[in-house]
Amino acid sequence: MIIKPIISAADAAGRIKEGDSLMVGGFLNCGSPHTIILALKERGTKNLTLICNDTAVHNFKTGKITGVGHLVQAKQFRKIIASHIGTNQETQRQMNAGETEVELVPQGTLVEQVRAGGAGLGGFLTPTGVGTEVAKGKQVIVVAHKPFLLELPLKADVAIIKARKADKSGNLVFNGTARNFNPVMATAAALVIAEVEEIVETGAIDPNDIHTPSIFVNFLVKAEQLD
Amino acid sequence: MEYIANKDMVAKRIAGIFKTGEVINLGIGLPTLVEKYIPQDVSLALQSENGIMGIGPAPAKGSENRDVTDAGGSPVTIWPGACFFDSATSFVIIRGGHVDYSVLGVLEVDQEGNLANYKVPGKMVPGMGGAMDLTIGARVVIAATLHFQPSGASRMKRRCTLPLTAVQEVNLVVTDLGVFEVLGGRFHLAECFAPYTPEWIQEHTDADIVVKNNCRTVTFDAQPKKETP
Repeated sequence: MIIKPIISAADAAGRIKEGDSLMVGGFLNCGSPHTIILALKERGTKNLTLICNDTAVHNFKTGKITGVGHLVQAKQFRKIIASHIGTNQETQRQMNAGETEVELVPQGTLVEQVRAGGAGLGGFLTPTGVGTEVAKGKQVIVVAHKPFLLELPLKADVAIIKARKADKSGNLVFNGTARNFNPVMATAAALVIAEVEEIVETGAIDPNDIHTPSIFVNFLVKAEQLD
Repeated sequence: MEYIANKDMVAKRIAGIFKTGEVINLGIGLPTLVEKYIPQDVSLALQSENGIMGIGPAPAKGSENRDVTDAGGSPVTIWPGACFFDSATSFVIIRGGHVDYSVLGVLEVDQEGNLANYKVPGKMVPGMGGAMDLTIGARVVIAATLHFQPSGASRMKRRCTLPLTAVQEVNLVVTDLGVFEVLGGRFHLAECFAPYTPEWIQEHTDADIVVKNNCRTVTFDAQPKKETP
């Protein structure tokens, strides 16, 4: 039986190296690996490229900062690839000031790029973005008289994801809308670290109920921070 | 005639469009108001791009679940029969043509059916989120908006000036003045909300509006709330 090492959040953060591309699961804080995120902030690793649905929350008025917003504030990203930054004023500020490169990608395209990366595909054709700024610099391919954009796969050096439960082999179960990008990102990174609320014995989860097969997961971290 | 912005009128009118069994995606902002006006005898599958089908009303205070949220990150409840899925599956539903109505907020919408709602270059850059996929994939795209910007200019235009979210994908525009169908490069006024008149709407909108022969005037009991657009 293969057992996946359970490591500390600090250890997990230490495996993310300067200059790495980093996928982070979650959708506006829901289903983000908050414990690892805080450890990564503590460690201060810089020049990362973030691939994430959004950059969580940073509200200048209330001072509220959540999730990857902590890492944006600490200026740990050289580049951010996301579909939505509207709830993080600091991301917008850094983008407008030219301090951080931000690439906005339609959400369906972003998740499919990650899926294609994990699935070994060379890319895919999507009608989304044709005729908009998103199409700039991209190849348009006409199929059956309809134009599509050729979108390329996305992979990462490291993915940090969040699940509700794991068994010791690394099989994962997600909860509610906290699933979002997590299972897709688990397939597309060289190193996958899953933060989980509960770790049970191998065999304790019905194989029918497993969302992410254990082979995608390298390390487990016990969640201490849930939002 | 004095214009009083009324988001609830927009939401209430849109809620009356749907029929039992239809799959609906409500965008962030004004469209989220639509949910509370859906008639009790109409059962819809409310989808949200973060991976949920079957959204119910907002939870009572104290019974929120951090793992059950909508696309705006707010806690929601679910109806029996609801289900959760990952983001890739969510966009199979959205882009694959399995959503009947997508209701989206507006910065500008024009008579060609173009929509701009994700970016004001150099100022406000929230990003498109799922909006580009929604406008491409949904059977009917409804633009939901107050008729006027805070500056007084109409959000309905001859041609959008901001970066586009959707190219010729908008089918219907519902504002707090009326309902407009988009067809053949023109807005066609299908309903006019009292006390406004078709002539007043045409005069105050910077776009070509054709008044349909069967255009009707509707009186809403929605209480106009005093609020700035």
